[in-house]
Amino acid sequence: MLSEKHLPAFYALGALLLVVLPWILTAANSSYLISTATRLVIFAIGAVSLDLLIGYTGLVSFGHAAFFGVGAYVVGILAFHNFEDTTVLGFDGTLTGLIVLPLAIVISALFALIIGALALRTKGVYFIMITLSFGQMLFFLFVSLEAYGGDDGMMMFEGRNVLPVIDLNDRITFYYFCLAIFAAFFAFCHRLVRSKFGRVLAAIRQNEDRMTSIGIRPYSAKLLIYVIAGAGAGLAGALMANHTEFVSPGLTHWTKSGDLMIVVILGGIGTLIGPVMGAFVFLLLEEFLPIIFHELGMDLLKEHWRVVFGPILILIVLFAKTGLYGLIFRKNG
Amino acid sequence: MSQLFFEQLLNGLQLGMFLFLVSAGLTLVFGFMNIINLAHGSLFMIGAYAVAVLTDLTGSFFLGLLLSFPVVAAFALVIELLIIRPLYHRDHLDQVLATFGLILFFNEAVSIVFGRTPLFLNVPEALSGAVQITETFTYPLYRITIIAVGLMVAAVLWFIIVKTRTGMRIRAGTTNPEMIRALGVNIQALNTTIFVVGALFAGLAGGLSAPLTSVEVGMGENLLILSFVCIVIGGIGSIRGALLGALTVGLVDTLGRAFLPDILEQFLDPATANGVGAALSSMSVYLLMIIVLVFKPTGLFPVIKAV
Repeated sequence: MLSEKHLPAFYALGALLLVVLPWILTAANSSYLISTATRLVIFAIGAVSLDLLIGYTGLVSFGHAAFFGVGAYVVGILAFHNFEDTTVLGFDGTLTGLIVLPLAIVISALFALIIGALALRTKGVYFIMITLSFGQMLFFLFVSLEAYGGDDGMMMFEGRNVLPVIDLNDRITFYYFCLAIFAAFFAFCHRLVRSKFGRVLAAIRQNEDRMTSIGIRPYSAKLLIYVIAGAGAGLAGALMANHTEFVSPGLTHWTKSGDLMIVVILGGIGTLIGPVMGAFVFLLLEEFLPIIFHELGMDLLKEHWRVVFGPILILIVLFAKTGLYGLIFRKNG
Repeated sequence: MSQLFFEQLLNGLQLGMFLFLVSAGLTLVFGFMNIINLAHGSLFMIGAYAVAVLTDLTGSFFLGLLLSFPVVAAFALVIELLIIRPLYHRDHLDQVLATFGLILFFNEAVSIVFGRTPLFLNVPEALSGAVQITETFTYPLYRITIIAVGLMVAAVLWFIIVKTRTGMRIRAGTTNPEMIRALGVNIQALNTTIFVVGALFAGLAGGLSAPLTSVEVGMGENLLILSFVCIVIGGIGSIRGALLGALTVGLVDTLGRAFLPDILEQFLDPATANGVGAALSSMSVYLLMIIVLVFKPTGLFPVIKAV
């Protein structure tokens, strides 16, 4: 077990691993796993953004995948209209990354602002149920968008977004692009939770009434962090749409919100690096549990690995609340 | 038009009854035990599968339904003792995640045993006819039976909660659990009973829905989320709120889907009206919930908690 003063070294090691990962995978003749690694990095952005809410502010948001979906649909819809040469709300479709990606962030932030403004009127279990319902509402909204494929979603026929100099359609370049964005987002969150605003969030988590009585309105702070988290998830969604070149309502299904929560708790809430490890382990399990079961001759479980994963999750919740982070690090003080 | 409206009204009522059966357990378990149980939808699914299998074995839907009760109760008992009990004093996040884990487990377990292909069940012979309501208007007997069963359950629950000693304890426990524990009520036994009874309602709803829909993996999840909407609208912990919320949601959802596109066609061109109508009607219950919350953040019939 390490102490928290080893964290910087741990960060450096993790960063190094992520940077050299494509070489390792290519050398090990499993370059197909670069796609999984890209998914890991994107997933980690979403998980870190959710940790801002659950871990740092104590807001159990069960609809986080909705913003993921909004970001993805912004990318998908603009690509669709670019392909069809039609307009959406008076604007031409486009694949220009410098327009699409910021727009995806802004629009998911806008959704988070509206949803947060309403949902944050409530507390506790009401908040859980309402964020879940909002997620479901957006899911059905996307399903009802017949023009964009309804239930089936839509392909991005012309490939990924276009950026100057960087060719996102090259999968190694795309991995590094996502990694760079992840690093920037992680650094931003790291600064954020250690800022004065971060301390306000921690105080709200611990005792909201006390915050109110010393003259800080919890509502505004909570709304701001909700919008930031929503924008982060939207960014992740926009990258995911680019990664798979496919967008569907499935992205916003409520089980995806559940998956994100699992990743956060699996890694350790309120630690930022924990959810990244959580995403790593989650994707590792998803990728390799079926293979392991296959090797063991348990083909029945290969397809149904979640039958094992469900109880594992319950055990983690009941007995290992601090997650992977708590397994690796001893908390200071 | 009026006949179509009447038919949709009954359909809405019937959906409302399913929602009430699921919400009642959810709201009791939350109100009394302070537990948020996502796996409630799995109990709905287990009820449906139990009825499908037992009907097949016994050859009678009614026998199948009757025998499904002990099956659902057994599942609920095991879930309560093994998973829910350690969660009583944990925060809602833990409860959500652990019961989410239960959903993953039950969904995969069911698909291992029964496969991905849905099971189908016929409406029982005795209830397969239609009822002549007016000279030109008939409505399936089975659906009317469901509405009747829902109303009966509501009446029985009302009687138990308002008129009996157990009901008094439940109400007291919802308001102030410490106090009734101090007064010597075996709260552990009451917890388990409430959980199992709530599960039985969900199982009953699942069993009754089996002849109407395909019995398949994950069938309870949509209903579960809609039930959350119902109890949020009604006020968590209140049976009256659950009934009112369920009926409102059932009617708004059904009538919205049936008539919103037509209504919009009065103002918009048909293509837009259809698109917007479909989108709006699929979101209507959530919009309703938002409106309620803006005015009453704790629902229409909030249960007042002792501090």
